Amino acid sequence: MFHQAKWDEPLIIERSAGGKKGHNPARPSDIERKIVGPEPWNNVPRTLLRNGVPPLPQVSEPEVVRHYTRLSQENFAVDLGIYPLGSCTMKYNPKVSEAIAQNPKLEKIHPEQDESTVQGILALLHRLDEFLAEITGMSRMSLQPVAGAAGEYLGALIMRAYHKSKGEFEQRREMIIPDSAHGTNPASAAMAGFNVVVVPSNSEGMVDLDALRKVAGPRTAGLMITNPNTLGIFEKNVLKIAEAVHDAGGLLYYDGANFNAILGKVRPGDMGFDIVHLNLHKTFATPHGGGGPGAGPVGVRKDLERFLPVPLVGFDGEKYFFDYDIPQSVGKVTAFHGNIGVLVRAYAYILSLGPDGLKAVAETAVLNTNYVLAKVLERTKFELPLSKRRKHEFVLSARKINEQTGVRALDIGKRMLDWGLHSPTVYFPQIVEEAMMVEAPETESLRDLDELVEAFVQAGKEAETDPEKLRSAPHHTSVGRIDEVKASHPKTLTLRWSNPKLSG
Amino acid sequence: MMLDAIGVASIDELYSDIPTQVRTNRPLKVDWLPSEQEVKSHVERMLAENKSAADIPVFLGAGIYNHYLPAAVKAILARTEFQTSYTPYQAEISQGILQSLFEFQSMIADLTQMDAVNSSLYDGSTALGEAARMACRATGRKKILVPHSLHPAKFSVLKNYAEPAGIGLETFNYDKGTGGLDSADLQSKVDRDTAAVYCEVPSFFGILDPEVANVPSICHLKGALSIVGFDPVSLGGLKPPGEYGSDIVIAEGQSISTEMNFGGPALGIIGCRGENLIRQLPGRLIGMTTTLDGKERAFSMVLQTREQHIRREKATSNICTNEALFAIGAAAYLSLLGPQGLRQLFESILVKTNYAIKMLSEIPGVVVPRFIGPHYQEFVVSFKGAKGTLARLNKSLLSHGVHGGKSLVKDFPELGESALFCVTEVHSTEAIDKLRLLTEKLLGA
Repeated sequence: MFHQAKWDEPLIIERSAGGKKGHNPARPSDIERKIVGPEPWNNVPRTLLRNGVPPLPQVSEPEVVRHYTRLSQENFAVDLGIYPLGSCTMKYNPKVSEAIAQNPKLEKIHPEQDESTVQGILALLHRLDEFLAEITGMSRMSLQPVAGAAGEYLGALIMRAYHKSKGEFEQRREMIIPDSAHGTNPASAAMAGFNVVVVPSNSEGMVDLDALRKVAGPRTAGLMITNPNTLGIFEKNVLKIAEAVHDAGGLLYYDGANFNAILGKVRPGDMGFDIVHLNLHKTFATPHGGGGPGAGPVGVRKDLERFLPVPLVGFDGEKYFFDYDIPQSVGKVTAFHGNIGVLVRAYAYILSLGPDGLKAVAETAVLNTNYVLAKVLERTKFELPLSKRRKHEFVLSARKINEQTGVRALDIGKRMLDWGLHSPTVYFPQIVEEAMMVEAPETESLRDLDELVEAFVQAGKEAETDPEKLRSAPHHTSVGRIDEVKASHPKTLTLRWSNPKLSG
Repeated sequence: MMLDAIGVASIDELYSDIPTQVRTNRPLKVDWLPSEQEVKSHVERMLAENKSAADIPVFLGAGIYNHYLPAAVKAILARTEFQTSYTPYQAEISQGILQSLFEFQSMIADLTQMDAVNSSLYDGSTALGEAARMACRATGRKKILVPHSLHPAKFSVLKNYAEPAGIGLETFNYDKGTGGLDSADLQSKVDRDTAAVYCEVPSFFGILDPEVANVPSICHLKGALSIVGFDPVSLGGLKPPGEYGSDIVIAEGQSISTEMNFGGPALGIIGCRGENLIRQLPGRLIGMTTTLDGKERAFSMVLQTREQHIRREKATSNICTNEALFAIGAAAYLSLLGPQGLRQLFESILVKTNYAIKMLSEIPGVVVPRFIGPHYQEFVVSFKGAKGTLARLNKSLLSHGVHGGKSLVKDFPELGESALFCVTEVHSTEAIDKLRLLTEKLLGA
């Protein structure tokens, strides 16, 4: 049975005791001290000088290592078990990518080095650009965005630049977004100065074409959509959707959150998309680091290349170079060249799989997910609203279970933690009641999938026989159910260990 | 068997809803290497073409810094329980990452004297963009003042965050003599439309500008906010921006959490004072609370109603994925160094910076520091001579195994043949001496 580690580990500051130190930084040499003189601190203006030492914990190296190692043990991860978190594509992260990334020839290069000293990484980035453009069916990629949402934002900036170049930006201020979309889509569009227009889903869970045609028009800047959508349903009318948006003069944006379903099967560029982002930390198996780093490269069709951020990596037949000669460029979306460490891992992943392997990723992920779906529907009271045909993820509704037992999707998710699984995504997308969004990536074995199915079966049974067990779950994790209301309540909100009186 | 369970005859059937005319009916044109060994050696061979700071001394900074990363930090970051986990949506099974991030927030808040610090943004440049938007939301104003000496890449990112929100950017001059901010120019530009003034300590030119400490009161007089960009290591010796009244702080945290990696991944840090601003913070915040039964301490994400997954187009930002892993790295780093270690590191860099300035100043034809005043970690060096002097020097230095400073010729033409040099604790006396000797020899030639 699963029992998560529980160390009752105090805060590192509570381990602090006078005079301890875990690391001795390098000191200046005698000659340096001699030349600079006995009072180096005189070089700091009084008004900027700190009084005393900075307030930090005083702990030894073993204490620090034990502390964070213990905490790591109180953390679930892909390396520990299945992580069926829908829309997050938590697949296994190959270890060779880590080994490759721990290379001083990568770690110790500075982003502003002379081009002649970074030919290796430039060649890699240039090749990765080509790979990703081929994989998405686009003309050129910017590797600069460091996350999916950053990619979306760049996409929206490119739309602004495109419509401005045509003198139509002032009237084209509407971004059409389906009601099933991730929250990042409307947030990115709004940040980029667009007004969000929501199109409803039809009874099959797909974009309602008639509704789309009604809102698409001279005010349309573009449409942001993921395909398959967040319900795991492939928008089979995608070509008509593209036509409707293009006819209205808008651009079509592909959110790559669900790209794992179609890798090697169909390319956004071929479906009519003008701008695409990929989440390398999802589809291309780079570790997600408890929330980041990620990478969200953006690809565009040929005539939008002129708006891409500077610089791109060019090749003149002999050497690689940073190409800043993009007169209509939107500028930069991150200070340097993107999350290079992540990009290198993704490059290694593509090489390891090749064309057949990449296609097998999508097929196996879709097979795995549909297997879990079929088994869960066969053996439980969970319902599958809307279309039956799903790709790499599906959204169940625990509505019936909730009506009969009072148990909620959240309770079921929490109970699953007790069995050493991560919970599916709950309450998203918002268009499904008591939603549980499940994704079973290609890296999971049949045994893992069966275990996941059993979890749904068991949770369904317990909901009837022992609902309290679910409502009070989890029981085997480092801590029991957390008071998240108290956590965010203004009176009890605690954002740091020495909580000052908030003024404001 | 799996197909039977699903009730389809083939995997293709699962894809039958994709319009046939757009299906990919050919293998993708990407390379394939059949064994792990080949993949690894292929990438290693490519990377071997690079010359890194491990091969030759590199005197570059400007936002990304080569510091010594303690082995224990690397060991902690390599824990795959951290590395291969997702955003801690399920708090009970993710206490490790949540507590670590809470500790990160606490340490940075203590170091800067802010009320709250979030659990990370992408990098220092996007942190500036978010800070500018945040200040405008909080004040209802639309103008941000930034130093003319801002890193041009940072300015470009800031512009991309500002312009779509209708935020106007204006720059204030630096003093031609000290390189610090031109107070008169700044004061003349801060008005009732100004949402915030952004300053950096040390500045892009490496200057410890005492005037910055006066900026918050200049801002507050006009109802504007003060945003200060800090260098995390420098807070070992420098006053916390909160102490001189700064309302929002931002930083690039790469130097205390991860290697340079050609500029990314980095670590965006943002913090602020006051409940009003906390409600405007972008990104994830971790709070300390208890279990429902009130018996145990526990951690979870808080104030999520600010965020995109709940608030959608009304969110404070679209940020979702961040740089959480390196926030843990930073927490480990700061714990290891502690009060004495961070102070010592500041002093080491301070001494080495001044040593390098002294050494280079002895070379005929070299003006260093270009600006009169206290420097930390970076300084501008100007070379007397015709156009192209710096480019030729840097090229020659490189051929002798030293990477010189960042050329400022294009971005700051008013400084002539100038470059920004960076020295941290990793630069040995020998490396600095070699830079001096080579520069002297090559300029003389």
